[in-house]
Amino acid sequence: MKEIIQFKLNKKPVKVTVDSDRMLLWVLRTDLGLTGAKYGCGEGYCGSCTVLIDKRAVRSCILPVKNVKGKEVTTIEGLAKNGVLHPLQKAFIAHDALQCGYCTPGMILRAYSFLQKTPKPTHSDIIKNLDGNLCRCGSHNRIVQAIQSAAKEMKGE
Amino acid sequence: MKEDEYCELDFEENILQSPINRREFLKITAGGIFVLFTLGDTSVLAQQRRSSGRSGTPSDFNAYLRIGEDGRVTCFTGKIEMGQGIVTSLAQMLAEELDVSLETVDMVMGDTNLCPWDRGTFGSMTTRFFGPPLRAAGAEARGVLMELAAEYLEVPKDRLIAKNGVISDKSKPQNQVTYAQLAKGKKITRRLKKEAQLKKASEFTVIGKPVKRTDALEKVTGKAQYAGDVQLPGMLYACILRPPAHGATLKKVDTAPAQKINGVQVVQDGDLIAVLHKYPDVAERALAQIKADYDVPPAKVDDKTIFQHLLNTAPRGSTAAEGGSLKNGESQSSITVEETYLNSYVAHAPIEPHTAVAKIEGNKITIWASTQSPFGLQSAVTNTLGFSAENVHVLTPFVGGGFGGKNYNQQGVEAARLAKLTGKPVQVAWSRKEEFTYDPFRPAAIVKIKSGVTESGKLALWDYHVYFAGSRGAQQFYEIPHHLTAVHGSGWRSTPGTHPFRTGPWRAPANNTNTFARESHIDTMAEKAGIDPLEFRLKNLTDQKMVRVLKTAAKKFGWTPSKAPSGRGYGIACGIDSGTYVATMAEVEVNKKTGHVQVKRIICAQDMGLVINLEGARLQMEGCIIMGLGYALTEEIHFEGGKILDLNFDTYEITRFSWLPKIETVLIDDKNAPAQGGGEPAIVTMGGVIANAIYDAIGVRLLQLPMTPERIKEQMIKG
Ligand code: FES
Ligand code: FES
Repeated sequence: MKEIIQFKLNKKPVKVTVDSDRMLLWVLRTDLGLTGAKYGCGEGYCGSCTVLIDKRAVRSCILPVKNVKGKEVTTIEGLAKNGVLHPLQKAFIAHDALQCGYCTPGMILRAYSFLQKTPKPTHSDIIKNLDGNLCRCGSHNRIVQAIQSAAKEMKGE
Repeated sequence: MKEDEYCELDFEENILQSPINRREFLKITAGGIFVLFTLGDTSVLAQQRRSSGRSGTPSDFNAYLRIGEDGRVTCFTGKIEMGQGIVTSLAQMLAEELDVSLETVDMVMGDTNLCPWDRGTFGSMTTRFFGPPLRAAGAEARGVLMELAAEYLEVPKDRLIAKNGVISDKSKPQNQVTYAQLAKGKKITRRLKKEAQLKKASEFTVIGKPVKRTDALEKVTGKAQYAGDVQLPGMLYACILRPPAHGATLKKVDTAPAQKINGVQVVQDGDLIAVLHKYPDVAERALAQIKADYDVPPAKVDDKTIFQHLLNTAPRGSTAAEGGSLKNGESQSSITVEETYLNSYVAHAPIEPHTAVAKIEGNKITIWASTQSPFGLQSAVTNTLGFSAENVHVLTPFVGGGFGGKNYNQQGVEAARLAKLTGKPVQVAWSRKEEFTYDPFRPAAIVKIKSGVTESGKLALWDYHVYFAGSRGAQQFYEIPHHLTAVHGSGWRSTPGTHPFRTGPWRAPANNTNTFARESHIDTMAEKAGIDPLEFRLKNLTDQKMVRVLKTAAKKFGWTPSKAPSGRGYGIACGIDSGTYVATMAEVEVNKKTGHVQVKRIICAQDMGLVINLEGARLQMEGCIIMGLGYALTEEIHFEGGKILDLNFDTYEITRFSWLPKIETVLIDDKNAPAQGGGEPAIVTMGGVIANAIYDAIGVRLLQLPMTPERIKEQMIKG
């Protein structure tokens, strides 16, 4: 059923007229042209489609768009503010925490969401929290290091 | 460098005589200074080609660089970036030889209109074979610039010095000229003929330094474009009707229910039935409405019976190495051990599934594809769709992981066919299920070894047969007087009926299997001989490079001699791949109740000759180690005949964060030795090192990969 859905996307209000059962991932990528969130598995197993809904990480491939009505959606494109990279983005660069980069947007947003709740994470906190995000290139160690150093820089912000 | 390493990589599908007169490239590019070169310009590959009698690399040129009129340096190559980091390391080589900053170098990769033909990106060949002529071309270009500068500044060449894209008079530094000024209004083309004077290691300022990835900014901001991110006006997303199993044939199909959905277009062309829509998810839903009946042939093999089947169909072996006499070896041995090792099919499983977008305008077609072989796709489209090659333009955006799996371009041809059938731009993006079905898996394989050791602990006999893995890494490097290595069947060019589905090269093809078998077997020999496994290896090695990486790893690890099983869970394995020597040590913990293995620590020492990017090389080693945990511990495709049972990451388990051991990598940076491969070597030891560590922990020998908890428990019961 087509419906008008309104929400905030990367700080700007948007309005789409869509079948509200469609998954957010596809509405973002096609209707709204934001391709930062990636398809990896389509069934919630890999985390490459992760976006933030009200600052919490969710898997957009299994989230019907009707669930974001009136909410605030942030994709990787919206993480830098006025061209200034988020500390996580900077740390991923500084630690070479990526190879092919396909899992990267999902990793960064997952880490963002987790650091909100756990600003001073231990190594094992990070591992536990990211366990559901897959990276085939094996960038895991660097990702953990990047998150640790970003957490320090953010000082709980 | 052994010949088989190169032959193994010789993808027949990729060999195509360049359809375009390569001189055409230069017409379409602007002014500046050009240096044209080919892979064959270096002695390594030229020798290789002579000895193997193969060619496939064009003799005029297959890459070039340009010093633009703005002073920027651009390298045009058919190689592609899929995470391995050559976008950075190749730029480093050019920056070094040309004395410019890294930021001044642009890489144009995998674009068939702008880049000359290239066979593809695989086999850890870029740095080894493409690197040397690239550096030489950089040096050549620098030579041209120096000549021009001498004229311009009216100073003899030997008084000039180049730095940061500026050439100046050593004695009068204010007398200077920039590369941009020199290239302005010029069109100079040089063919690299002989190896130009490369910089010596002592002069390096960019090579050998840890350099951050140059593509990182795009990748952390979501700007990096992958094939699926290409969206064109009027583009349709296609979902293709697939049979339930390989080998199934369509009996009856009713597409009417799909057609009823608004905006859906259904096309049928012979074997190809697809549903298209402007939204991929709507196309997917429509596809589910199609009713199709198939004849599915009865399953003759499954993941358990496959090994016997393979042994039954195996061709006679070809001898890869031979020496002494097996009979003498046997009589000299006081202990002989015979064993059979198995490994299952594994998937490449890049997080980005195969994707392509195709657009036709008039008689021209443009395709954006996630591919390791853009020119392979060009030739496939030329052959199947009747476009002339110069009208097929393939572009390669960032590739979201390849690992050897993205060489076949099936999805690219599908997109091209559908674009032709619909007259609209079409994107084909495989679902995860399609990815797990049409992936050319690493082949299931068997290794049989019979070996013997003398009373003094010296290996005397080695009778080695590998079935269907391939030859890479099959030849052992220990000092064994009586030996035979036979390779039965290749990893992917097998006769029909061998495998129930397609197989192909998977990161360090064949070598993972061969190294797992060899290094497991060596440990068993050491134990029988009552010698510590490190000591046993050193005792039976004369190859000093291998001795050095082993000792380096042992020192870092803090290895102390003991006889396995010591209960400590320590393992060791070594191997050679792509010219690079690797020694890995592991510490594992095995839960005897559940059979679960936790790898606590990995030390990996690697000798890859000259290291171009210290950080990039380490990143590749870590990637190999982490990915390797998967094939060692969990990765395995289950199937019944042509029906694949693992279709997503729920049952096909790849490495997760919680598996992470502490990883330490050590590079033996041999600055005066040629650079060797880096994207694959460190993965080859992972099966063997973990098998040996498990044995050391609990005294149970795993002979089959992956070493799942079930297999471990089963072996514990068997004792
Ligand atoms: S694509 Fe959403 S979890 Fe994999
Ligand atoms: S960097 Fe390639 S999947 Fe993570």
